[in-house]
Amino acid sequence: MHHLRTALLGVCLLSPLGAHAYSVYVSSEKDNSITVVDGETLEVRQVVPVGQRPRGIALSKDGESLYVCTSDEDHIEVLDLKSLKVDHTLPSGPDPELLALGPQGRFLYVANEDDNMVTVVDVDKRTKVIEIQVGVEPEGMGVSPDGKWLVNTSETTNMAHFIDLSTHEVVGNVLVDQRPRVAQFTPDSRQVWVSSEIGGTVSVIDVAKREKVHVITFAIPGMRKELIQPVGIRITDDGSRAFIALGPAARVAVVDTKTFEVEKYLLVGQRVWNLAFAPDQSRMFTTNGVSNDMSVVDMERLKVLKSIPVGRLPWGVVVGP
Amino acid sequence: MNPAMSRSSDWIRILASLSLILSIGLVRAEPLSIPIGLISAERAEYIPLSSLEPRIEDEGLEGARQGILDNNTTGRFTGQSFDLLPVTLTSDQSPSDVVRDLIQRGVRLFLVDLPAADLLELADLPEAGDALLFNIGAMDDDLRTQGCRSNLLHTVPSRAMRADALAQYLAWKRWMRWFLVVGPLPEDRAFGAAIERAAKRFGAKIVVQKPWTFKAGASRTDSGHFNEQQLANSFTQVEDYDILLVADEADAFGAYLNYRTYRPRPIGGTQGLVATAWSGVTEQWGATQFQRRFLERTGRFMTPRDYAAWLAVRSIGEAATRTQTGEVSRLRQYLLGPDFKLAAFKGVPLSFRDWNGQMRQPILIVSPRILVSVSPQEGFLHQFSTLDTLGYDRPETECSIR
Repeated sequence: MHHLRTALLGVCLLSPLGAHAYSVYVSSEKDNSITVVDGETLEVRQVVPVGQRPRGIALSKDGESLYVCTSDEDHIEVLDLKSLKVDHTLPSGPDPELLALGPQGRFLYVANEDDNMVTVVDVDKRTKVIEIQVGVEPEGMGVSPDGKWLVNTSETTNMAHFIDLSTHEVVGNVLVDQRPRVAQFTPDSRQVWVSSEIGGTVSVIDVAKREKVHVITFAIPGMRKELIQPVGIRITDDGSRAFIALGPAARVAVVDTKTFEVEKYLLVGQRVWNLAFAPDQSRMFTTNGVSNDMSVVDMERLKVLKSIPVGRLPWGVVVGP
Repeated sequence: MNPAMSRSSDWIRILASLSLILSIGLVRAEPLSIPIGLISAERAEYIPLSSLEPRIEDEGLEGARQGILDNNTTGRFTGQSFDLLPVTLTSDQSPSDVVRDLIQRGVRLFLVDLPAADLLELADLPEAGDALLFNIGAMDDDLRTQGCRSNLLHTVPSRAMRADALAQYLAWKRWMRWFLVVGPLPEDRAFGAAIERAAKRFGAKIVVQKPWTFKAGASRTDSGHFNEQQLANSFTQVEDYDILLVADEADAFGAYLNYRTYRPRPIGGTQGLVATAWSGVTEQWGATQFQRRFLERTGRFMTPRDYAAWLAVRSIGEAATRTQTGEVSRLRQYLLGPDFKLAAFKGVPLSFRDWNGQMRQPILIVSPRILVSVSPQEGFLHQFSTLDTLGYDRPETECSIR
């Protein structure tokens, strides 16, 4: 992240005046496209066609490409961000849904929902390295910033599987609430936060002990409990705040990472799914699957600035050059 | 693949899972074995109405097997192993004898796919007092209103739940004038009664009600359609209505009415627009993967009965995982308690009603090819759970099994 920010800063300095500072990339599950939005002006710059059912997306280490899980194509497409054309594909195993890039930028870790596997892909050699057996319907993928751990969640097994990245072996499993969707490490790699969509909670797991240290619950006045379905999680670079997308509740919870208290619920679009921060963390972008738009949040004032229509069923969101 | 090879690949798999277990470390040496019985009866030979539909002989069983596979993937990590013991009763076998025998062999958890009378006979066995039975087949409303038993849970929705789910959707559509056609079987009359109850609850009007007394089903006769075409046309010459609701649980004639009614009106109920616990058409909330897993393993789509069996096995698995026990009294307590939540590809957690043991769940509204809607519909409110707007609510039953 640090390198990325330095790199982005470099890009900004070299860019001529008036050029956009950064872009927001949103995958649209139904339109089979990636929508590119200017992060400053919030104008849609381009809609790029990709393969069938794009969901999880990740930025390459050098910031030059976007890895796209095109689930129904059973592979990953690599979108060149200069030409905005699909440059090549990577093997992924069947039905890739979510992916995470290792800190070195060499290995991609892909959840294959259909065959209970996590596939490790070498992005340079463009080959599969290994497949790791996990629980039923692997979904969430989180890599620790220190590069030691991959945590995968399995939706039906209801577990967070700890995979040692030096051996690619499952060395621990922590039971969490029902239908875990996303695993997000804190910047210091000490905790991993796991959202449980049907359980309605976020489990905070101590990485060293591999134990739950806290379970965060949510309550919104007038909102039926079963509509509160935590999915996407982002934690600020300074580690002070976590933002948790609550799905059909159309809210993002702002959580103090020390006390685990919810400070505020931000009203965004319907079925808010995934979240991404601007490079300087001044803004947050949310994909809203049912209202087919992206909400832009002012991070300082904790206010929703604007909603931008993007493709149908927006799913993943990342920020890049 | 020759047998020796398949054995060796089995060994590789066993070794692999062993090494996984060893590497995890938290698993007890001997996994805790949790046996689950499945009691069903041999069904009379059944020929599907449409030649497009497969003849299914393992309905329920395959759903249970899928649940066992799912439970055991979790069990691999938690040191629990679930085994299914299916028994298909022949006509000369008594269900009680079979269950008594299984209880003697240590089985306490049962999935039962039998008519209501047999189900209650099993629940009332003195030996079954500390057992837990899951009804996966009987939709009778009586079982949820008067015939409750403390050792009996229902994962299959009642007729009232399905009728209410359909009625809510029709209320949302403002299709409030119904033409009800009820078949000749007791099950048809029971579903017809559930539709009548739903009409009262949601403010619809049954403008005409007629019993179906004809024998349909000439689809295999040359020019057999002439008969149905004439019959349906004259049978449906009634005063105007919004939708024809048919109660034909045996799937004997309802489908013949579609497109053949005197007025150009849609059909729902047991055919046409159907309220069901499960259908091959649903792909929402991660169901795509679930359906694909089932289809690849069995070569067919999952039926509502399979789904009820899967729900029962997964409920057992979820309770055993959370309580770390196979002890029935603790599982039962957890299943009926406030913490039990089952993720079951319907977008919200499923749980059990603690007054009558019915699993509360959203009901799918489907056409033969696509998902039309899911009930409860927006706006039908409830003080505790909107899912309790479907079926018999706490004040409406005499039951209290908690």
